[in-house]
Amino acid sequence: MASITTTASVETAKALLAGNGRPDQTALDFATRLRRARLGIIVALTAVVMIFVSYSSAYVVRQGLPTLDPRTGTLVRDWLPLQLPNFLLVNTLVLLISTLTMELARRQAFRAAVATGKESSPAQSIDTDGMPWLALTAILGLSFLAGQWLVWRELAASGFYVSTSPSSSFFYLLTGMHGIHLFGGIIALLAAGAASILRKSAASRAVVLDATAWYWHFMTVLWVYILCLLEFAR
Amino acid sequence: MATGEFAAHAVHAHAAPTSWIRKYVFSLDHKVIGIQYFFLALTAVFVGMFLSLLMRIHLIWPAAALPLLGEIKPETYLTLLTMHGTIMVFFVLTTAPQGGFGNYFLPIQIGAPDMAFPVLNMLSFWVTALAFFVMIAAFFVVGGAPLHGWTGYPPLSALPSAGPGEGLGADLWVISIALFCLGALMSALNFITTTLDMRARGMTLMRMPLTCWAWFITAILGLLAFGVLLSAGILLLLDRNAGTSFFVPLVTINGQLTGHKGGSPLLWQHLFWFFGHPEVYIAILPAMGLCSQLLSVFSRKPIFGYKAMVYAMLSIGFLGFMVWGHHMFMSGMSPYTAFAFSVMTMAIGVPSAIKTFNWLGTIWRGHIRFTSPMLFALGFVSLFISGGISGPFLAQPVLDIPLHDTYFVVGHFHLIMGVASIFGIFGATYYWFPKMFGRMMSEGMARWHFFITLIGTYAIFMPMHYLGMAGHLRRYSQLTELNYLHGLVPLQTFMTYAAFITIAGQFIFLFNLFWSMKFGKKAADNPWEATTLEWTTATPPPHDNFGGHIPVVYNGPYEYSVPGAPRDFVMQTDPATVKAH
Amino acid sequence: MGLVLLVVIWLITFISAYFFIAKTWWLPVGASAAAAGIDHHFATTYVLMGIVFVAAQLSLGLFAWQYRERSATTPQAHYSHGNNTLEITWTVLTLILFVGLNFMSSSIWASERFRPAVSDAVQVEVTGMQFQWYFRYPGPDGKFGATKPQLQDPSGGGEAALGLDPADPTSKDDVVAGTMYVPVNREIDVILRAEDVIHSFFVPAMRFKQDAVPGLAIHMHFTPITTGDYEIACSQLCGLGHYKMHGILRVISQEDFDKWLTAREAEKQ
Repeated sequence: MASITTTASVETAKALLAGNGRPDQTALDFATRLRRARLGIIVALTAVVMIFVSYSSAYVVRQGLPTLDPRTGTLVRDWLPLQLPNFLLVNTLVLLISTLTMELARRQAFRAAVATGKESSPAQSIDTDGMPWLALTAILGLSFLAGQWLVWRELAASGFYVSTSPSSSFFYLLTGMHGIHLFGGIIALLAAGAASILRKSAASRAVVLDATAWYWHFMTVLWVYILCLLEFAR
Repeated sequence: MATGEFAAHAVHAHAAPTSWIRKYVFSLDHKVIGIQYFFLALTAVFVGMFLSLLMRIHLIWPAAALPLLGEIKPETYLTLLTMHGTIMVFFVLTTAPQGGFGNYFLPIQIGAPDMAFPVLNMLSFWVTALAFFVMIAAFFVVGGAPLHGWTGYPPLSALPSAGPGEGLGADLWVISIALFCLGALMSALNFITTTLDMRARGMTLMRMPLTCWAWFITAILGLLAFGVLLSAGILLLLDRNAGTSFFVPLVTINGQLTGHKGGSPLLWQHLFWFFGHPEVYIAILPAMGLCSQLLSVFSRKPIFGYKAMVYAMLSIGFLGFMVWGHHMFMSGMSPYTAFAFSVMTMAIGVPSAIKTFNWLGTIWRGHIRFTSPMLFALGFVSLFISGGISGPFLAQPVLDIPLHDTYFVVGHFHLIMGVASIFGIFGATYYWFPKMFGRMMSEGMARWHFFITLIGTYAIFMPMHYLGMAGHLRRYSQLTELNYLHGLVPLQTFMTYAAFITIAGQFIFLFNLFWSMKFGKKAADNPWEATTLEWTTATPPPHDNFGGHIPVVYNGPYEYSVPGAPRDFVMQTDPATVKAH
Repeated sequence: MGLVLLVVIWLITFISAYFFIAKTWWLPVGASAAAAGIDHHFATTYVLMGIVFVAAQLSLGLFAWQYRERSATTPQAHYSHGNNTLEITWTVLTLILFVGLNFMSSSIWASERFRPAVSDAVQVEVTGMQFQWYFRYPGPDGKFGATKPQLQDPSGGGEAALGLDPADPTSKDDVVAGTMYVPVNREIDVILRAEDVIHSFFVPAMRFKQDAVPGLAIHMHFTPITTGDYEIACSQLCGLGHYKMHGILRVISQEDFDKWLTAREAEKQ
């Protein structure tokens, strides 16, 4: 998958605009906004990483933690591993597909921004080449969350609530925190999707989608990590 | 037309607002947001100070009945100290230096028209303000505010039956802190992105004023630490409300089982202090940056060892994440781990000492001007020395055995974090007031304020070291029960009287602040003859900070008394380049 | 103003230092075997840090006065961006001082904490609960009986407050007291427990402090060397009664201790 770097996209934009000799304020500004948004997302994701690092270390430590059994006066370990519902794999597949559609939506928005050429002209239609990648991603994201909700219901039906055991507590915690963060990403997608209604420029939408895409891909990687942690580190 | 529009867009993303709401309430302008943060912190500090006044009164007159409030019960004392600590650490020390002055002056000092994400900036303030309201609300709900200390150790903080105020009040306390974490993370994002991406041409990292370095490093610490506190807070909320047992083992309260089992109280302590130690550096780093700034300006000398100062702050930030266990030497953690933490803790004393030597080196052979900001900067150095010296006692586990949880610790952190940081806030206020409000504050009132506060805070907090060595525990509502505390009552009494005088002295500052806004002497654009970018622009600065043009930087920030220069200071924007610096 | 600052800073320094040197308020006299070593290291630290404190504050005051701007016509301030040699020198010296102090203290820490109690130590289980300390001795069988939180009854006194399980045969001979009796010159193996929230067991004269954490039974040891009564204070915020959660450590001769324990064990039969 060829990666679109900032420089490459700026060069493309410049090439398209240089034709009539006007100075390239738009392209430069787009590049600046893009760089700044990407920097912002990387910084924001660092904070998110710290949240999941704390939870991961709490999870690992809790597994091995002995607690005093007053009946014997000795320290015992009370960790009971949780059986993960298979439906989680379906959800994972949905999220993986959504990350693909997210990336396609991002590139699509880029092309749209470069094609319109003008900073201030509004986003005409979301999908200049006909495929509703953005809408698909949002739908897949919502499906993932619905699927997670179903997994929660399945666990509850077999008697595992958030307070049942340490392992079930961590399951709900990790999946819940991931879900909340993913939901934030869906809100960003909807905002980008409403760009034409909100009279945002194509460049603005491309910047939002670019940042959201980075965030979204990270959420996918994070989910795979959480799944591996829950499945293999128990 | 199109070019100008794009240029304006490239330079500044939003035009100046016109409606009162957009100008003063939901403003996107970092300067207004900075002032909003400042006034939030000002409100918080007077609330926090009032709580400590009630604490001091109760300690020496436990049976006294106060007007309106009645008698202060032992549990009320604990509520006072919990809320005092929480409000001061979060809403004053983490708010004024960074959210207040950092927001206002970071963009200007690096030559930027605003912060990178103005909407996020506005949101971060309002989330923080909401957090404050939630915190205050805890006083007024059934059961009142919590009594578990600002450190909130479970099981005490996790079980509503463990004490009065541990019900809804404790939930609100956790929610407030969680909101604060969100606000702080948003703010950190802005500071980091702005510093990395929006410096004017010529403003290399090594030409940034040390205030900017301090705000930048503080933001990085915040970014990495507040997420951990947020995580811990969520776990605590779950333990309190969802029946989980992250932190609560099998315990009984007054013989009643609680339904929890298997959790670890030490897990909270690790998570909390992993945040808590960087937090104390978040509280002090901006003041250190400011102290460097003020000492240089008012000694008419470059800062001694600029690079060393930068590396020292970076080391403090980095090492700050490796020492959290020194709050837990007595907690039951492994003694081997304790030893490892103590080595790191002694190590972190080194960059702090370097900074102190460099501050002394800055004023050495200088031309000191005793303006109000300078007085507070010099006071800061004195307090930093005093508070810092007690650190190596606590950093060694064997010496921590008699001193942990005593007043020795309370004296230590009040001097080095509380008062020193407050002196930074005062210094910043006196220094930047002319730029923010176009008038000078009264120097006469400032001097009274300075001496009362310096002498008063030493009188309150130095004796705490003696109390601690004598074995006086902290968080004790009264001294009436333990025999060996009876002999320490006179010292506590002295401290309370000192507190009365010191608190009274703060009203001089408050009066000075508001009076000068209206009646202070009109200020020139650069009344202190300083070199950094905020002094090149109009007073107060226009909406986009520099009136349409972006400055170009040629010099470092501390070119004072340059041999051969026409005046004893060279602005950063002065093209007659001083040195390759 | 420079002179005023010098006077204020110097006075604060001298007054503070005076009370440290005069030991007007100080650590209580040590009564445990570890106290001498701890106190000696405390003295080392405080002398060295005291010298740094006084030197730094006096320099600050001195410079503030000495380098005041006298008039506009005096020569300019000394233009210098620093001195790398000085930086390295004071960095290395500070590092030696701090790390040196730490390594000096580490041998004491290791001897206190890196080894468990000796095999013939006197075992006392100390349990903290809101807002009372209970002390349990294992009795002639040398074993502590089981406790069950479900059986706890704080109003019922010692055994009931701990939730001692009468069904466990080893609990019948356990002695529970409200005062901690220990024999002098014997190592005491303290087993710290807490029933509700975190407490902390602190005896200033013994230089002994350790948190009592619910869910854990923490072993810590000390050796009292002087007979007498010593106050035990709770040193971790545990609720509204934290300030009055105290007890007495009574150090008596071995013969008196044996007499006391035998009498209490006899009551259990």
